Amino acid sequence: MIDWGAIFSNAAVELISPTTAAYALAALGLAIHFGYTGLLNFGQAGFMALGAYGFAISTLSFGFPVWGAVLVGIGASVIFALVLGIPTLRLRADYLAIVTIAAAEIVRLLFTTNTFQALTGSANGLSGYKGGFSDLNPIPEGRYGFGPFEYNEYDWWLRIVAWSIVVLACLFTWQIMRSPWGRVIKGIREDEDAVRALGKNVYSYKMQSLILGGAFGTIAGMIFVLPRAVVPSNYQTSLTFFIYAILLLGGASTILGPVIGSMVFWVLLSFFSGFIARAVEAGWIPFITSIQAGQLRFILVGVAIMLIVIFRPQGIFGNKKELAFVK
Amino acid sequence: MSNNTVPSSKPVKSTDLHIGEAEPGCKKRDPILVADGVSRSFGGLTAVDVDHVEIPRGAITALIGPNGAGKTTLFNLLTGFDKPDTGSWTFEGRPLSGMPAFKVARMGQVRTFQLTKALGLLTVMDNMLLGAKGQAGENLFRAIFPFFWSKQEEANRARAIDILERFKLDTKKDDYAASLSGGQRKLLEMARALMSEPSLVMLDEPMAGVNPALTQSLLDHILNLKAQGMTVLFVEHDMHMVRHIADWVIVMAEGRVVAEGDPHEVMRNPAVIDAYLGQHHDEDLGEDPSAETEHVEAIKELLE
Repeated sequence: MIDWGAIFSNAAVELISPTTAAYALAALGLAIHFGYTGLLNFGQAGFMALGAYGFAISTLSFGFPVWGAVLVGIGASVIFALVLGIPTLRLRADYLAIVTIAAAEIVRLLFTTNTFQALTGSANGLSGYKGGFSDLNPIPEGRYGFGPFEYNEYDWWLRIVAWSIVVLACLFTWQIMRSPWGRVIKGIREDEDAVRALGKNVYSYKMQSLILGGAFGTIAGMIFVLPRAVVPSNYQTSLTFFIYAILLLGGASTILGPVIGSMVFWVLLSFFSGFIARAVEAGWIPFITSIQAGQLRFILVGVAIMLIVIFRPQGIFGNKKELAFVK
Repeated sequence: MSNNTVPSSKPVKSTDLHIGEAEPGCKKRDPILVADGVSRSFGGLTAVDVDHVEIPRGAITALIGPNGAGKTTLFNLLTGFDKPDTGSWTFEGRPLSGMPAFKVARMGQVRTFQLTKALGLLTVMDNMLLGAKGQAGENLFRAIFPFFWSKQEEANRARAIDILERFKLDTKKDDYAASLSGGQRKLLEMARALMSEPSLVMLDEPMAGVNPALTQSLLDHILNLKAQGMTVLFVEHDMHMVRHIADWVIVMAEGRVVAEGDPHEVMRNPAVIDAYLGQHHDEDLGEDPSAETEHVEAIKELLE
């Protein structure tokens, strides 16, 4: 018999997990890039890797305090954005896509290579950098919460910080996108030559957008590694594609879309994996082994996302009116 | 195109714009834009090769010529959208060559495009507001705090409504620009350019693909620009319209300026007839009957 209670409570846990927050923030950065500015950034995984490693390396190897480590990560991603943007932002959008996907892979391989093992831990990655963050925790020791949402003080601290950052990032993005700055950014998405002809420095705006969205990705990378270890294989191109899936699910040029998209994505993923694993155990699906079942969840999530994109292409929060004019 | 495309009011023509003979590259009394030795080639093809040209201030100047004459390329060069091989030009006495397009626009030289570039998924109002210059809220750090820009935004909004009313687009202000018809988009593009309070408006084929009824209102709008003290330079194919609204005509062929002058005079110029002969030999170049017989004779002569 299937334990539905366990499946649902495991799925509900994902609703406020720090990983969901990290993906939401990374997707919000991508919304700034792709949804608002029209920049095809396929290297969000690279920005996240820089955040994770920037934070971990500066804590472990150089003994930086938390705020210093955060600044190192953001600084690294600003430099990364400049290096990507200076040669490519003058070119057509598709060039940026190719360059970012390659650059993110270069970043991941640099962190994987044995040459820098002393700093990066190579393929084994890094751990033991959370001391500074948990020292800041004001919550007294113990277990809190109810039902499936019962955690110890560190897990609550992490969730509070992660979701506070997501909320602040949403408010910030909402504010700038309804300002004249956001209007220029959306104009660039529609036709950059027209915006240029109106006296706006398009190149500078695209760079600002790339840096800002990249910084969101970097902070997301830091949140992502706080409940786990830094492992280079987490930053493969598939990570970028999951974030794109979340973005399209929620609505590409919306503020709440990435957040709700991330929640839906992780809850569905957890639900399917729990359901399939238990269904195989119970003998409901006799032709599948439990190892195959682990992979099947991605297929089912893929199907769910396809259905949403086909029947609700503007995403959950997107404006249906916009689609009437898509060429 | 038919004769009902004549503007509703008889336009007041500016005269006495040039000094000396009306020949290619002639001096103007008060030029707003002066270009020297501008050339641009694409591979082996020389698209533009202009020795000297001056655009008179406060007048409507038409840039005409057959397809491939280099009109749009010259437009792109003068507005910083393309880089020339050689050449320099000044706008209101300040050198412009090598300046990026956005700086050119900020100096008051605003252009529109042959293929209309309305920003489809922005509302008509947002399209207009984008045209306003010197907005404090376009700086990322000030954008966070509305008190830096909300007052300016209100003023720009009022001005946008004012301009939209003139262009009869005020009822559409909250619609996506993508929902407008082709002609309305042309109007919007022109209205948007006006938001930046330009001194020189450069219109690339403003009448292309617009129905005759709307052409009339477009022509009126162009005449209005002049009435408000702006200088207009526009590219056009249709000689009827050029004749009705232009004060001065510059004719290009194969990248060069081949003739300049008053619209009525210039259409009698043999160089102009030559320029158009290849593709317009069976069309009239204008409705002036005396000019027409001359064209026919000129063509006959050439055919012999």
